[in-house]
Amino acid sequence: MKIHIKNGRVIDPKNNIDSKLDVYIAAGKILALGDCPEGFVANQIIDASNQIVCPGLVDLSVRLREPGDEYKATLISELQAAVAGGVTSLACPPDTDPVLDEPGLVEMLKHRAKQLNLAHVYPLGALTRQLQGKVLSEMGELREAGCVGFSQANIAIVDTQVLWRAMEYAATFGFTLFLHAEEPFLAKDGVAHDGEVASRLGLKGIPSAAESLALASILRIAKETGAKVHISRLSTAEGVAMVRDAKKQGLKITSDVSANHLHLTEHDIAYFDANCHLKPPLRAQRDKEALSAGLKDGTIDAICSDHTPVDDDAKLAPFAEAEIGATGLELLLTLTLKWAQQEKVTLLHAISNVTQASARILGIQAGDLSVDSDADICIFDANEYWKICPAALKSQGKNSPFNGLELAGKVKTTLVHGQIVYQN
Amino acid sequence: MNNPQLDKDGRLRHLLSIEGLPKNILNQILDTAESFVGVAEREVKKVPLLRGKTVCNLFFENSTRTRTTFEIAAKRLSADVISLNVSTSSQSKGETILDTVDNLIAMHADMFVVRHSQSGAAHFIAKHVPDHIHVINAGDGRHSHPTQGLLDVFTIRKYKPDLHNLRVAIVGDVLHSRVARSEIHALTTLGVPEVRVIAPKTLLPAHVEKLGVQVFHDMKEGLKDVDVVMMLRLQNERMNGAMLPSAQEYFKTYGLTQEKLSLAKPDAIVLHPGPMNRGVEIDSSVADGAQSVILPQVTYGIAIRMAVMAILAGGQGSSHGGQA
Repeated sequence: MKIHIKNGRVIDPKNNIDSKLDVYIAAGKILALGDCPEGFVANQIIDASNQIVCPGLVDLSVRLREPGDEYKATLISELQAAVAGGVTSLACPPDTDPVLDEPGLVEMLKHRAKQLNLAHVYPLGALTRQLQGKVLSEMGELREAGCVGFSQANIAIVDTQVLWRAMEYAATFGFTLFLHAEEPFLAKDGVAHDGEVASRLGLKGIPSAAESLALASILRIAKETGAKVHISRLSTAEGVAMVRDAKKQGLKITSDVSANHLHLTEHDIAYFDANCHLKPPLRAQRDKEALSAGLKDGTIDAICSDHTPVDDDAKLAPFAEAEIGATGLELLLTLTLKWAQQEKVTLLHAISNVTQASARILGIQAGDLSVDSDADICIFDANEYWKICPAALKSQGKNSPFNGLELAGKVKTTLVHGQIVYQN
Repeated sequence: MNNPQLDKDGRLRHLLSIEGLPKNILNQILDTAESFVGVAEREVKKVPLLRGKTVCNLFFENSTRTRTTFEIAAKRLSADVISLNVSTSSQSKGETILDTVDNLIAMHADMFVVRHSQSGAAHFIAKHVPDHIHVINAGDGRHSHPTQGLLDVFTIRKYKPDLHNLRVAIVGDVLHSRVARSEIHALTTLGVPEVRVIAPKTLLPAHVEKLGVQVFHDMKEGLKDVDVVMMLRLQNERMNGAMLPSAQEYFKTYGLTQEKLSLAKPDAIVLHPGPMNRGVEIDSSVADGAQSVILPQVTYGIAIRMAVMAILAGGQGSSHGGQA
C-alpha cells in the first residue's frame, strides 16, 4: 500500500525536522520525506493541509486491563482508544490479574494485541514474583517473551535487600527497571497530598517525603549497582531536584511525569471530585511548577498518560473509597499541546517528550519518522477544539478530571505500519 | 464552581459544611435556632413546620446521641422520621451508597441526615439527589460536622454575646476531628478574633495555621486568658499507638483540669461535643463544674437542628412562636 501524505507540517524531533514536507509510505515503512521518490504512484493520498504530521505517540504507561479486569476495559477498546489518541506504541504495567510474571502470559498478551493490528504493545514484566517484592521474577525469560523492562507498578519493594538484588540482577543483563517512588509506610491509607487541601477536606495525606525518601533509596542503590532505572510519575519538587542531581552524577536515570500532574494540583479536588483521586496524588502548585521546569530542562524525559480506566461505578463513592486513576490515552496529545502552549515550549520539544524520548526509554524502534522506519504516524489538527466527555472517548474508562473542558488538539488520522487505523 | 450548598438564588439547599457558607447564612441559622429554644420548654413541644415531610436519618457510622437529637428535632417540627442504621442493613449486603439513597427517595424521603466514616460522603450524596431533596451532613469522616459547629457557636454566643472580643481555644485531636474543623470555620467566619488550637504535633493537620488559627503545643500557654475552652474527644485508637504513648500522658499534658482551667479567664466557659472520656481529655470536676456548659450544648443542639431543617424545608423565619 503506497500512501502519500501531502501538505502537512512534519514535526520529527529525533531528526530535528519542523517544516512543511510530504511523506511517502510504501510496504508499511517510511520511504521518503520531501520530494516524491521516482516512480512512486500513491494508492492513497492523505491531505494534511493545516495539520501536523508527527511520529505516532509512544506512551510509557497504559493500563489495558487485560488479563483479568475486563469489566473495566478490554484490549480492543483501549487499543482503539490509543490510536484515537494518536498513540501507536505503548507500554503496559504488570499489575494485571494474573500479574505479568509468567512468560506465557506475556506471550499471550502480545499475541492478542498483535492480532488486533492497532497500537503496538510493549509489556513491562513484573520485577518480583506476583509483585510481592520478595522473589525475583525470571527476567531473562520474560525478556525473551517480549518484556522491554521490569516494573513493580505502584507497589513498593519494602525490603531494601531485595531491591538491591533486583537492581543488580537487572544491571547484569542491562534491563531497565521502571520504579514508582513511594515509601509505603508514609503513604499508607493516604489519598491526597499531605498539604493544605487535605487538611481542610479531612483526607489522609501522603507527604512529599514519601516520594523523596523512596527516591533516595532507589537512587543510592542505582548508584551502587549501576542499574538503569526509570522513575515513573514524579510528583514533587524535591523529587525533580533529586533526579536532576542524579543525572548530574552520571547515574543511568530517566523519569516521566503524567500529563495529569502537569495541569492539576490538589486544589482541583475542589468538592471531593473523585476523578482527582490519583496516584501519585495531585500535589501543590510549587510541585506542579517544578515538574514543568524539570520537563523543560531535561530532568524529566517524557510525558505519559498513566492511562487507568475504571468502570463507572468505581468512581461513584466518597473520595477515599473511589478507585484510583484517570483515563488518559485520548488526552495525552491534547494535554501535551496545552502544556507546550502555556509554558511557551516549542512543538518540537513537546512532541519529543511523547515520542522519541519515550521510545528511547523503552529501548524500542519507534517515535520518529526516519526513512525506513515503520510508518507509525499521527496526523492532528492543533487548532481543532474538542469537548472532553464520555461520549467523545473510545476508552471504556470515562473517568477524567478534565471532563467538561474543551481543549485544542484533535487527532485526524493515525497510521500503524502504514495502515490507517483511525480516521476522524 | 457552584457552591453545592446553595441554590441559584443563594438560599441554603444542603448543609454540608460550615466552610463555604457566607456569614449571613450562619447568622440566619443561629437566629432561627434562637426562636426554637422556647419550643422545648412548652408542654406540647411541637411546631408544624415539617408536617407531612419525611426525614431520613441515614447513619453509615454508629451514633446514638447525634441520631437521637436529629430525631427529636425532626419530631418537634412534626416531621415523620425514619432512622436507618446502615451497618445492620443492606450496606452490609453490598448495596452501594447511591442505591440505598435512591431506594429511600423512591419511598419519598424529603430530607436526609447523613453520617459516614468517609470525608466527602455528604457532598457525594448531595451531588446525586434530585433538586427537591435536602441533605444535612451529620458528620463525614474527619471533614465536617456543621450542626455541631453551629450549636457550639450558638452556645458560646449565649454566654458571651460579643463574639468579636473573644479568645477561644480548641484542645485535642484536631487532625482527626470534623468537629474541630467545623468549629474553626464557624468561629473565624463569625469574626472571633483569636482562635487557638492546642495539641501535640502528632494531632495537628499539615498547614493547620492556614485555617486561621494560632498553634500552641503548651496547654498552659495556650489557655492563658481565653474566654472559651473547647475540648475535643480523644478516640481510644489514638492512644497506645504511634501517635500518643498513653492516655495517662495525654491527660497530664493536654487534659483539662481545674488547675489548668484557672489559667483561662475566671469566667471562661468549657464546651465538649461529647461523649466525654472522663480522666482522659477532661477531668470530672471540670465536666461537672460551674464553668461547664456541656449540657446546655445538647439542649441547644436540638434547636440548631430544628433551625437547619426548617430553613432547608423553606419554612424559615422566626414567626412560629404560637402555632403548636
